[in-house]
Amino acid sequence: MKIIVCIKQVPDTNEVRLDPVTGTLIRDGVPSIINPDDKSGLEAALRLKDEIGAEVSVISMGPPAADAVLREAMAMGADKAYLVTDRAFGGADTWATSSTLAAAINNLEYDLIITGRQAIDGDTAQVGPQIAEHLNIPNISYAEDIKVEGDSIIVKRQYEDRYHIIKSKMPCLITALAELNEPRYMTPGGIFDAYKEKKVIIWGRSDITVDDSNLGLKGSPTRVAQSFPKSIKANGQKVNLDADESATYILDKLKEKYIF
Amino acid sequence: MDFTLSKEHEMARTLFRNFAQKEVKPLAREVDETEVFPRGTVSKMQKLGFLGIPIQKEFGGQGCDTLTYAICVEELSKVCGTTGVIVSAHTSLCADPINKFGTPEQKEKFLRPLVSGEKLGAFGLTEPNAGTDASGQQTKAVLVENEYILNGSKIFITNGKEADIYIILAMTDKSKGTRGISAFILEKGTPGFTFGTKEKKMGIRGSATYELIFTDCRIPKENLLGQEGKGFGYAMQTLDGGRIGIAAQALGLAAGALETTIAYVKERKQFGKSISKFQNTQFKIADMATKVEAARLLVYKAAIAKDTQKVFSVEAAMAKLYASEVASEVTSLAVQLHGGYGYTREYDVERMMRDAKITEIYEGTSEVQRMVISGNLL
Repeated sequence: MKIIVCIKQVPDTNEVRLDPVTGTLIRDGVPSIINPDDKSGLEAALRLKDEIGAEVSVISMGPPAADAVLREAMAMGADKAYLVTDRAFGGADTWATSSTLAAAINNLEYDLIITGRQAIDGDTAQVGPQIAEHLNIPNISYAEDIKVEGDSIIVKRQYEDRYHIIKSKMPCLITALAELNEPRYMTPGGIFDAYKEKKVIIWGRSDITVDDSNLGLKGSPTRVAQSFPKSIKANGQKVNLDADESATYILDKLKEKYIF
Repeated sequence: MDFTLSKEHEMARTLFRNFAQKEVKPLAREVDETEVFPRGTVSKMQKLGFLGIPIQKEFGGQGCDTLTYAICVEELSKVCGTTGVIVSAHTSLCADPINKFGTPEQKEKFLRPLVSGEKLGAFGLTEPNAGTDASGQQTKAVLVENEYILNGSKIFITNGKEADIYIILAMTDKSKGTRGISAFILEKGTPGFTFGTKEKKMGIRGSATYELIFTDCRIPKENLLGQEGKGFGYAMQTLDGGRIGIAAQALGLAAGALETTIAYVKERKQFGKSISKFQNTQFKIADMATKVEAARLLVYKAAIAKDTQKVFSVEAAMAKLYASEVASEVTSLAVQLHGGYGYTREYDVERMMRDAKITEIYEGTSEVQRMVISGNLL
């Protein structure tokens, strides 16, 4: 079985600070990490590898510095790593990103593609499903559990209030939630192997087959009309009451708002 | 000359730091209070290969280097001195000498389970009357047919009772002085091998420190490590390596106290402003940070020397001497900057200060380190 996991290098938003004057993100000195949903997708792939045997390849589109997250993925247990990087890919929106990644994936054999649901620096949740569309394969989003049964995959798709159990023939694409699992740690030896024994294969513009009109800034139909900081909600109220008093308190509040 | 760490060492530091913050730090206070050996943490570290970092892959080790191992002990000790010394004693004092002096059969039988994490290691040299004067060994081993019969005792043994495999030094020929000392590999459960008192200590209270007692304890002849009569030399070489581990532990304690204190002085307000705004605080933090960095450079230099030089005794002694004294000084300053709160067990610096003191004493006191250093110069 061959699994491809798409991972993105993102700034660790736990460490990001806001410029008090401009209100913009200060990215300097902020550590880069594997996007959390993608890391859970990688863990899911590595568990399938442990259970039934699989070759796990990781692929990332990004600047040369994204090499670090691919090495980290190999230090966790991924077998191969591909970095899709070229100035021609820069400034891509989700359409151009998914077109580029799908073209790169077309160079590889696969039974299953796993992406994270969404990236913490963009929150679009579009790239995974778009890759599936480009490759003309089924897509199952929001996976919270993944099982392989013969040539099919059975996924528990999580919603806020319910879940679906969906079965699909492979090849297919799954988008993973961070809640899917607890990703494993790297191992010290895995880190040394990732840097000394294994290599990251670099693919540029000439290594993938895709129309220029779908690449980079020029191939990105998305236009950002306006960006603004999210308004701050009023602080909640904290009360210390026992169970009975709490119930009365909540009921009163709901009545005040004509909800109850 | 380049003082930057390689990418693999930086990534390893990230791994150790994440593990320490997530798995070790939440337990550190409880481990200290209850004096219970953190077996759960050790199991997690075993699974991740933290107990075989500098050992070759051939025997199930991680195939990294001494620097990676030192960074591991440093990051663990930043949050818990107990956890740092467990890894240090196991790796430097048990796995390392078997790797260096053991036969292929001994490596297969003892080193492999030590580095794969099935078994924990310890080292027994110190006796009630043989501390800094390690040559005064009274434990005896007498060869009778195919077995050495061991009688005597060891004290202050880190990982005692918790460990499965012990390196034990004993006199095989008293007439030859230090050349009559030999080293043995002893397994827990061997008849005649029992445990005495568990020490109640000032710091590193979760690390198990036991007395080992040998009463007609029979060790198979094939468990002699290296050659008979060369044990003292092996022990001294082993301690050279061990000192890098303890220096890394001391560095971690100092660096952890510094990090904790920087966060505290920014939060703590007196006279209407954060105490980080006072020059006294700023100057103390500057001195602490400079000493921590100097200690780090000595520790890393000694770690690299172990992998690249035949003899690294002086580098190891300087690293341990300096880092341990910095650990005591910096953790004490950390308590001072925390004021009354720092003296309470609600704050980690109190524990760090108690943990730091032992680094000036075990695996060669600061005085012994000065003897090693000056002995090489004069």
